[in-house]
Amino acid sequence: MSSATETIEGFVKSEYKYGFITDIEAESAPPGLNEDIVRFISAKKNEPDFMLEWRLKAFRYWQKLTSPNWPKVDYPPVDFQDIVYYSAPKKNTDGPKSLDEVDPKLLETYEKLGIPLHERARLAGVAVDAVFDSVSVGTTYQETLAEKGIIFCPMSEAVQKHPELVQKYLGSVVPYTDNFYAALNSAVFSDGSFVFIPKGVRCPMELSTYFRINAAKSGQFERTLIVAEDSSYVSYLEGCTAPMRDENQLHAAVVELVAMDDAEIKYSTVQNWYPGDENGKGGIYNFVTKRGLCKGRKSKISWTQVETGSAITWKYPSCVLQGEDSVGEFYSVALTNNRQQADTGTKMVHVGKNTRSTIVSKGISAGKGQNSYRGLVQVRKSAENARNFSQCDSLLIGDQCGAHTFPYIEVKNTTSSVEHEATTSKIGEDQIFYCNQRGISTQDAVNMIVNGFCKEVFRELPMEFAVEAQKLLGVSLEGSVG
Amino acid sequence: MSNQPLLRINNLQAGVEGRAILKGINLDINAGEVHAIMGPNGSGKSTLASVIAGREGYEILGGEILFKGEDILEMEADERAHLGLFLAFQYPVEIPGVNTTYFLKAAINETRKARGEKELDAVEFLKFIKTKAKLLDLPEDFLKRSLNVGFSGGEKKRNEIFQMAALEPIMAVLDETDSGLDIDALKVVANGVNQLRSPETSQLVITHYQRLLDYIVPDVVHVLHDGRIIKTGPKELALELEDKGYDWVIQEAAQPA
Repeated sequence: MSSATETIEGFVKSEYKYGFITDIEAESAPPGLNEDIVRFISAKKNEPDFMLEWRLKAFRYWQKLTSPNWPKVDYPPVDFQDIVYYSAPKKNTDGPKSLDEVDPKLLETYEKLGIPLHERARLAGVAVDAVFDSVSVGTTYQETLAEKGIIFCPMSEAVQKHPELVQKYLGSVVPYTDNFYAALNSAVFSDGSFVFIPKGVRCPMELSTYFRINAAKSGQFERTLIVAEDSSYVSYLEGCTAPMRDENQLHAAVVELVAMDDAEIKYSTVQNWYPGDENGKGGIYNFVTKRGLCKGRKSKISWTQVETGSAITWKYPSCVLQGEDSVGEFYSVALTNNRQQADTGTKMVHVGKNTRSTIVSKGISAGKGQNSYRGLVQVRKSAENARNFSQCDSLLIGDQCGAHTFPYIEVKNTTSSVEHEATTSKIGEDQIFYCNQRGISTQDAVNMIVNGFCKEVFRELPMEFAVEAQKLLGVSLEGSVG
Repeated sequence: MSNQPLLRINNLQAGVEGRAILKGINLDINAGEVHAIMGPNGSGKSTLASVIAGREGYEILGGEILFKGEDILEMEADERAHLGLFLAFQYPVEIPGVNTTYFLKAAINETRKARGEKELDAVEFLKFIKTKAKLLDLPEDFLKRSLNVGFSGGEKKRNEIFQMAALEPIMAVLDETDSGLDIDALKVVANGVNQLRSPETSQLVITHYQRLLDYIVPDVVHVLHDGRIIKTGPKELALELEDKGYDWVIQEAAQPA
């Protein structure tokens, strides 16, 4: 967020050029899901026909499915007819009028996370005034990208301005038939990011969801598509460390990445959705399908995630290593505290020759949290000389939490090499006492040890995210010891 | 105020799981003094060190410990450290992933903060730490390693004294610092400790063997047996123990006064 901050400081001085883009004064749709609602959503977004057709196909397919219940998570069944699938964009007068009206606990968290003062207002939903006009800020950012031919815009805009690209790639990595939540998302997706990097272009800055113009308060059914053409590079940051609340409990996003020859996509996520209270009440369900297709030769896709929020996290950012010499990486820190549950991991599917994958998963369980790593390393018959290295480490804090590991290894080619290492450890009293004796408080000691535990993963995050992630872990672990 | 001992232990009784280990320790250490505590295995030496430092898991059954006039028994271990108390561990624990430099900077700055002193920034800290590292003949790469991970026994002990040099405590308790050290390592460690001796600071050296005391020469020697100090004497007492063992002291103490 810090480079975002600098950019804001810079642009606050420039003249306010654009008015707010006022959306149609739409009412929200009534709760429930049927074909009419799907048509309503598409109409509200002024989508071309192909998009509506796709949504309808997905919806009809979804109707035939039942929600899966194989993950190691417990939650009351979701009533899909009790969800509003389209809400009116929030008016500026809806939120708190100033920081004085914001929950002091929330402000305390912003303080601990080191979030700059003027960002706190925006994050807390205080009515944005002209000074922080994200439209003008975002627009200038956009111009730099446009010069290079990079497209970075909301999905809803891409559907209208770049329909041929959307048609070509949407659903090519995660078809709507993939799974229950992918089908649901495909039918009702609200918005998301569309990124296209043309041949040979190295995106000069980290793309962040923060700069998406006109980002409606979506997040409920986000749909993101990133395409990197030959020899291109992009680093994309999703999420932010500030705790995010949403009146919608179910978040079922889909993210698709496509990397062509010699292209690289780096996708980093810091997720801190509201996790529910200490008794597990409330909290977001984060059910996400993320997949990257290493389509081209020597292509590379890296997923790095720090998941500390949500009541339930259920996601497996994966890579399909189709192109020869392609590389897939997954670095993850997943924290469950209080009554959070996580069933997360990755799938590395080796298809082409000489492909390589690396998995480093760090699970931290505290309170009564239940953390499961579920990973698949699949080496298909065609995958000559495939190489995988997996390391899943669990750290338990306290004695009421749980860490579980479900590694799946399927190898159908004997020239491959697959390595799996796993450790489980507790933070020892001896270690805490050693730190105490050197003047370091127990909470700081736990933070230090946990950060040491997560180092390998944090190293993969873009620097500003890494600093924030460390603070975030500290805040999330408060009260977990002693 | 200047007459007050730096550390005063009054009739300290402590135990674990209902079993008494320290059965009435009385000890005064004045500023500038080095005291040695010797005793056979099981006498309570490590328990004494742990209780002074504030390790959890021990029941305090009676008595008090006054450090700089303050009763520290109610204080948490990190609070005691902020007052200037340091324990060189007998078995320094490993903390993987936590960089030695980072750990030290955190420790130093926490204490400085507690004392109302200005914290060191990265540059100041590195300069400060390099001079201390030279004192203990530690290699440069040492600072880049994870805390105690992959360190030999000798390196761990040198790291303890290095931390002592960095934290500049007022009272240092050295718990069997010599165990597991060969003579060369011992000399380096002892030299480090001696460099830190001053009229304002004190040291409590807990040791099983007299050998260390050839290098860290104590002002006073105490013999600990079965949770009590049964004899106190000048540094020559250590040599006597080396010569004759502990039995004669134990027998002497058992005789009615």
